[in-house]
Amino acid sequence: MNLVNWTRKNLFSNWHDTLLTFIILFLFYISIPPLLSWMFFDATFFGTSKKDCSGTGACWVFIQVWLKRFTYGMYPNDQIWRIDLAFIIFFFVIGAYFFVNTKIKKILFIFLTIIFPFLAIFLFHGGLFGLEEVETRVWGGLFLTLFISVFSIIFCFPIGVLLAMGRRSKLPVIRYFSIGFIELWRGVPLITVLFMAAVMFPVFLPSGTNLDKLVRVIIAITLFESAYIAEVIRGGLQAIPKGQYDAANSLGMGYWKSHILIILPQALKIVIPGVANTFIALFKDTPLILVVGLMELLGMVNMAKTNPAWLGLATEGYVFAAIVYFIFCFAMSRYSLRLEKQLKTSN
Amino acid sequence: MKILSKTLNKINIFLENNPKITIYFPQFLIILVLTIIISYFSLNASTNMAARGIETGFAFLKNKASFDIQFSLIEFDSNDSYARAYLVGLLNTLLVSGIGIFFATVIGFFVGIIRLSTNILASKVAEAYIEIFRNIPLLLQIFFWYFAVLRLLPSSENSLILFDFVFANIKGIYVPRFVWTNFNFLTYGLVVSILAIYIFRFYSKKKQDLTGVQVPTFTTSLIIFVVINLLFIIIGNVGLSLTYPVLETNRGIHNYSGGVSVIPELIALAFSLSLYTSTFIAECVRAGILGIDKGQKEAAASIGLSKSQILKLIVIPQALRIIIPPVTNQYLNLTKNSSLAAAIAYPDIVLVFAGTALMQTGKAIEIVSITMLTYLTLSISISLFMNWYNKKNSLTER
Repeated sequence: MNLVNWTRKNLFSNWHDTLLTFIILFLFYISIPPLLSWMFFDATFFGTSKKDCSGTGACWVFIQVWLKRFTYGMYPNDQIWRIDLAFIIFFFVIGAYFFVNTKIKKILFIFLTIIFPFLAIFLFHGGLFGLEEVETRVWGGLFLTLFISVFSIIFCFPIGVLLAMGRRSKLPVIRYFSIGFIELWRGVPLITVLFMAAVMFPVFLPSGTNLDKLVRVIIAITLFESAYIAEVIRGGLQAIPKGQYDAANSLGMGYWKSHILIILPQALKIVIPGVANTFIALFKDTPLILVVGLMELLGMVNMAKTNPAWLGLATEGYVFAAIVYFIFCFAMSRYSLRLEKQLKTSN
Repeated sequence: MKILSKTLNKINIFLENNPKITIYFPQFLIILVLTIIISYFSLNASTNMAARGIETGFAFLKNKASFDIQFSLIEFDSNDSYARAYLVGLLNTLLVSGIGIFFATVIGFFVGIIRLSTNILASKVAEAYIEIFRNIPLLLQIFFWYFAVLRLLPSSENSLILFDFVFANIKGIYVPRFVWTNFNFLTYGLVVSILAIYIFRFYSKKKQDLTGVQVPTFTTSLIIFVVINLLFIIIGNVGLSLTYPVLETNRGIHNYSGGVSVIPELIALAFSLSLYTSTFIAECVRAGILGIDKGQKEAAASIGLSKSQILKLIVIPQALRIIIPPVTNQYLNLTKNSSLAAAIAYPDIVLVFAGTALMQTGKAIEIVSITMLTYLTLSISISLFMNWYNKKNSLTER
């Protein structure tokens, strides 16, 4: 009885709701069965080559065979443990973060933001202490996606904080410089910034210096994304009541002391969801590095689909990549939504 | 340690006694550092350019481009200049952005309203649509539609045929071209009818202000529009015929000619831009409608407005005030995102100018700066317009 009432109220409350329900059910009826049979019932999951696929459904063999390349790019097979190790440490520390007390949390935080980046770069690149050197041009796949987004966000955060403070500064030179910097990067598409990194950076550097392509890309993304972060943080700074500034000043604190001890801790707490959203946008933008020849997940799929032995499997590759990106972005956006709600109730 | 803290203290006291230093010194420092960085980079650039034998300057814009552009709105061939190639790219960017903005708005408003529907199934479907299309990178969506859908269309001789006049094949989609006779009469009719409606509205508003009597504006405007246009069409003998695309075979190569052809790159790009941006617009629309206080509707109902009047006079004007600024921002994002065209070789400004022209001339600084300045001009003009609009429409509380 309850179910009948529920459907009547939510699906058939008046004639246009009823019509809408039937239209949607009809659309489901014509679209979902073929989709399911393509994805699961007629699909081939295991095999070693394209010949193993039945032909009517999806050929997931393609994904299964190429999975290692999609995850690690062209990284040498016998060195992959280094990437795994770094990510295991990363996720272990993040997991541990939720279960320990405040004192250890502080240590973990410092480890994660200051020591871990160097450790990770050492593990990925090698070349020291007997670890074999792996050039950045063989880096790729999902590993590169995560590497670029995490490192860019680490670099753009402090720059963003300084720019946001600069934009609110009373000193005209600093204020106009910050405004100009922020509006410049916010006004142009990322792809032109990447082009700039690819073709213009070498011109500006002394001849003979060859800056690694990955480094150039990370600099470009950092410049670009720090402008967006700055605007998010500026929102947080503006939300701090003026009384906080006055109180800090009346205690005799100067500009830096009041900002570091009083204003920024409060402002940064407010902007966590906004920063998370910027991070999602950055994560979704990483495939663009394809235009300068770096192969992250989408780039690897694009390359694999042109492999003569695997032609005609573009759909499977893109669907797989879409699912991976979706899982990451959806999880992050839900997390940021939850944070937003938590912050709303605590204030 | 002690000496250090003592000197710090002394510096602090000195700065407090000379407040002008704390104002001027940091600014001076910034200017100095910027000057050093810029002059260092330009020194490097000039030596590098000299070493490679590349002249700097914008004179190259007049040179012959000597490349072809697959799709352009204005006449272009390889004898035209780089400046004209830039114009072709810019127009193509504006074309795909315009198409994208139109469809993104339509889909976005539709999905945003469905999302608030009382029908739970419809609302959930709209939510699923929003979550799926906003959480997949745009570039991936473009690749999907281009490589996985449009590239699988049959070749020209086995085109898919819809309703006998739309032909879809791997080279694009072909639709009939409208051929008008006496087209100028139709334009006159449009202009005259719009003027008439404008005058009618002006007087009906005046009448309402004076007497309080409402004239049914929408129906009357529609009647005026139809009648005047029909009159002009009959008097001017305006005719419309269609030229259908015809399959032609030229030395074994099949091709459609006649009609309007739309290249697959444009379709894939416009389609994915619209779908991706519509999810953001839908969220703006939802926020705008939810942002209106329930009391507003109740107050309107209590003074006797009908349901459609409440929607037209109370809800929509207030919702639009909330919706328009973020939606304009999305239009700007869409225009910037249209630069992803370069990845599937749709000849937009990035591909034509920052790609092909740069490759040929090697003038990295000039070309990248022009491209960035173009986008920057677009962004800044739109944000200036937005500031003006917000100021004009902000609530003036009494």
